Amino acid sequence: MIGIVDYGVGNIQAILNVYDRLNVQACRVRTPSDLNHISRLILPGVGSFDRAMQLLNQSGLRESLEAIVLLKKVPILGVCVGFQMLASSSEEGIEPGLNWIPGRVSSFTRDSRFCRMPSPHMGWNCVNLKFDSKLFKGLDDYSSFYFLHSYFFDCDDKSYVTATSHYSFDFDCAISFDNIHGVQFHPEKSHEFGAKLLLNFAEF
Amino acid sequence: MLRPRIIPCLLIHKKGLVKTKFFKFPKYIGDPINSVRIFNELKVDELMILDIDATVNRAEPNYELISMLAAECSSPLCYGGGIKNVDQALRILDLGVEKIAVSAAAVANPSILSSISSFIGQQSVVGVIDTRSISTHFGKEYKVFTHNGNTLHKEGCIELAKIFENSGAGEIVINSIDRDGEMLGYNIELAQEIRSVLKVPLTFLGGAGSLNDINELIQACGLVGAAAGSLFFFKGKYNSVLINYPSVKQKNELFQSIF
Repeated sequence: MIGIVDYGVGNIQAILNVYDRLNVQACRVRTPSDLNHISRLILPGVGSFDRAMQLLNQSGLRESLEAIVLLKKVPILGVCVGFQMLASSSEEGIEPGLNWIPGRVSSFTRDSRFCRMPSPHMGWNCVNLKFDSKLFKGLDDYSSFYFLHSYFFDCDDKSYVTATSHYSFDFDCAISFDNIHGVQFHPEKSHEFGAKLLLNFAEF
Repeated sequence: MLRPRIIPCLLIHKKGLVKTKFFKFPKYIGDPINSVRIFNELKVDELMILDIDATVNRAEPNYELISMLAAECSSPLCYGGGIKNVDQALRILDLGVEKIAVSAAAVANPSILSSISSFIGQQSVVGVIDTRSISTHFGKEYKVFTHNGNTLHKEGCIELAKIFENSGAGEIVINSIDRDGEMLGYNIELAQEIRSVLKVPLTFLGGAGSLNDINELIQACGLVGAAAGSLFFFKGKYNSVLINYPSVKQKNELFQSIF
């Protein structure tokens, strides 16, 4: 069973809908006891970094999540702000991140490489796969995904980066480290490419 | 490479899906949820859903309907209509909507955009400006209206768009009242002028009647959103209702000539 962490932020219903269409069992996780029988986790997120971190910290789920992700090594997939929350910190706010994957979330517009593009990065963009990862099985460099963000995850150890995308410069858009995975785009809103990625996550 | 977005715009009136002309004469097209299902099948880049009753009726957004639409929609979704404060924006975001569009409330008080964006992030805040081109002795002016084109506002469209950008809008939608439902092309002159002065993503709505019109907009302005109503609802010379959307192949051809 795939558990989608419901801490009051993010499009949980959209993820459930995709899994429903794929005939994969998925449910919401609202309390620590909901985590029993969960074999995979998805951490969604939209909005600002601080609000998402504050709500997760207040949800009563954080300790149990850390136990099953860091000790039991249950696979987890962070999506959009849920992906950024895996980092150590974010330029968008003052709340510390989960620090499960060392790195910092940075602003596009404050980056010296950023030039003459609209910000936020909004719309369909393709990805550049760095190596064969289980998450992107059956997908290629022509696969495109829906992005909606002003900040990007700058991973400290680039060997964890499974895919980059290009917007003024190349940035890390998918990271896998041990059982912890994350994607900057919205797979639940990326039609067949996103559905394939969510199916891959369910099957590994 | 990021691609321009092609966005069907769905208007909600009395819980049904309608299409207007010059913001008037709402014509019933069908059931909004069923239409969203069809647009899912057509793999649209994004959907914009605007409730054209909420603000004029001083009503709360219809959360039940939004929740059903968001649950059904497999593409990114922008909702607008009747949003006046942070609480409403948060509630709608948590129903599974990616972007919150604000028009009348932001025209009256642009700081609402910064309040909302501090809670939900700039990328999810859309400022919508309804404008009508008016010829005067000094040339063309772009006047701003709210409440379905009935209330005139003092600032002009370009001035207000700059204020929206500085107030924290992550995207600005420019909706040409005088082209609504005409299907004779976008206001390219206005689009170019606004693109040259703003840094946030822009989406233009009003006037598209063919893929050629979208091509013309993107040729002139580059990376912008092209939104349309009639184009994606009507087909043929009798304008029969038939939901349609360019295929992947058609989109590739459209962008190939530009990028």
